[in-house]
Amino acid sequence: MSLDIEAIRKQFPILAREVHNNPLVYLDNAATTQKPQVVIDALVNYYSNTNSNVHRGAHFLSDEATRQFENARSTVQKFIGAARVEEIIWTSGTTEGINIVAKAMAEQLQAGDEVVVTELEHHANLVTWQQACKKSGATLKVASIEDSGELTLEAFKAQLSENTRFTSFPHISNALGTVNPVIDMVKAVRQVAPKALVLIDGAQGVAHGDVDVQAIGCDFYAFSGHKVFGPTGIGVLWGRYEVLENWPVWLTGGEMIATVTYQDATWGKLPNRLEAGTPNIAGAIGLAAALEWFSQFDSQAVKAYEAELMSYAVAKASEIEGLRLVGNSPNKIGVFSFVIEGVHPADIGFILDRQGVAIRTGDHCAQPLMARLGVPGTARASFTLYNTKQEIDVFFNALKKAQTMLM
Amino acid sequence: MKLPSPNDIVEDIEFLDDWESRYQYIIDLGKALPKLDESERQPEYKVKGCQSDVWLIDETKGDVLAFRTDSDALIVRGLLALVLAAYNEKKPEDILAFDIDAYFQSLDLENHISPTRGNGLRAIVGQIKSLASAKV
Repeated sequence: MSLDIEAIRKQFPILAREVHNNPLVYLDNAATTQKPQVVIDALVNYYSNTNSNVHRGAHFLSDEATRQFENARSTVQKFIGAARVEEIIWTSGTTEGINIVAKAMAEQLQAGDEVVVTELEHHANLVTWQQACKKSGATLKVASIEDSGELTLEAFKAQLSENTRFTSFPHISNALGTVNPVIDMVKAVRQVAPKALVLIDGAQGVAHGDVDVQAIGCDFYAFSGHKVFGPTGIGVLWGRYEVLENWPVWLTGGEMIATVTYQDATWGKLPNRLEAGTPNIAGAIGLAAALEWFSQFDSQAVKAYEAELMSYAVAKASEIEGLRLVGNSPNKIGVFSFVIEGVHPADIGFILDRQGVAIRTGDHCAQPLMARLGVPGTARASFTLYNTKQEIDVFFNALKKAQTMLM
Repeated sequence: MKLPSPNDIVEDIEFLDDWESRYQYIIDLGKALPKLDESERQPEYKVKGCQSDVWLIDETKGDVLAFRTDSDALIVRGLLALVLAAYNEKKPEDILAFDIDAYFQSLDLENHISPTRGNGLRAIVGQIKSLASAKV
């Protein structure tokens, strides 16, 4: 099944905008994706017709809100292939999800224990573990990448040992687009350190289709709604039931308790025990709308189209003198990160912006990775299914103009 | 390098009628701004709150404050030149009295390079003003 890109574009009202009198060319999808009308409608409908607090069903609207909210949880369960709906914990985003896990691990880790991450990490999946190690006395081990930005299974295995207690790595790198061999990585952890837990940072992975947490075999998978066409401020931490069931509560308060006296409290069951307070109800419903929208497309067709955009861009890159791709792993998706000799990425960003082309420049919240690759930062264009080859043409023309002006 | 006066810059920019020539003007100011020595690009001179690296070194010369500044991004260097044109070798009280917002507005920079961009313009203006305040 092929995709009707023009029909898809029409569903995104923002894509009709102009910026500085030029049609918007939005190539910052790794930072956040735009929202289709159905997601915007879901938010508006919720606030216009249903708004009520959940799990306190004393009245009609509360029942309706609760039903929509819990249906949204089931939608996520289906989307990521989770075994049980109680395994889906609402968070504010990837960062919060990783923190829920890392804060508890910081209490359990000891000197002599090892936590393994990779050189690809963005700060959300690095600072969390680095601080958990500092607090507990555990050692942080960092698996090296190739200069291409590829993480080999061998390099990852080299950091594993019987002392490994936790590993955390990205499904797809935000700065480079490298797709990691997550299934084999999880297998390697199970072989070397059967008791170690594995978290996958799915911030980028979730938007490129085909996440199946059971097939991956990990213990946790964290992602943000806004990177997969959903609202900001909502995300998901998925955890295997047996692991989450007794996971230390991280926020206490309403919703997460079973019984409370003035002096004591007992915790409720999953998922509520890890979701204190009134949740982001509208966000959850909006995210479910986004996932349902995204699921209507054949994930292989989406991947194939994204790969087509990428090879088109890579072929055009040779037209720009001095352009060097940063991250050219054969397994990469969605991210075209680059530097141009003699030109600072921030300057490229300014001049592209003036032409209506939105990209990201800088360190991509991955300072150690930039240092590892020997660049202060990059310019990054990131594609998704509503982008077109014609937009990539506009991007390259804008880039040529930037280069002429800046040299 | 002798910087043009703020009034000259405003006149120059008003004369340019498309964004490309305006950007080119700022880029050319950036190219002309003297660079700091590598040895002067020290963390203590770094201005916080900038997306690209920006350094500012101040010096008291008699009754005026002198500034040298640099960035690794060319357009930011141009913007820094615009700021220096307003503040360099001025008395602290003149620095504080200068209406920088009106100046940026008359340069029509709000549309093109806004203070929310994190390019450090606001941060550097804030730092220059607080240095001036300390001298008054």
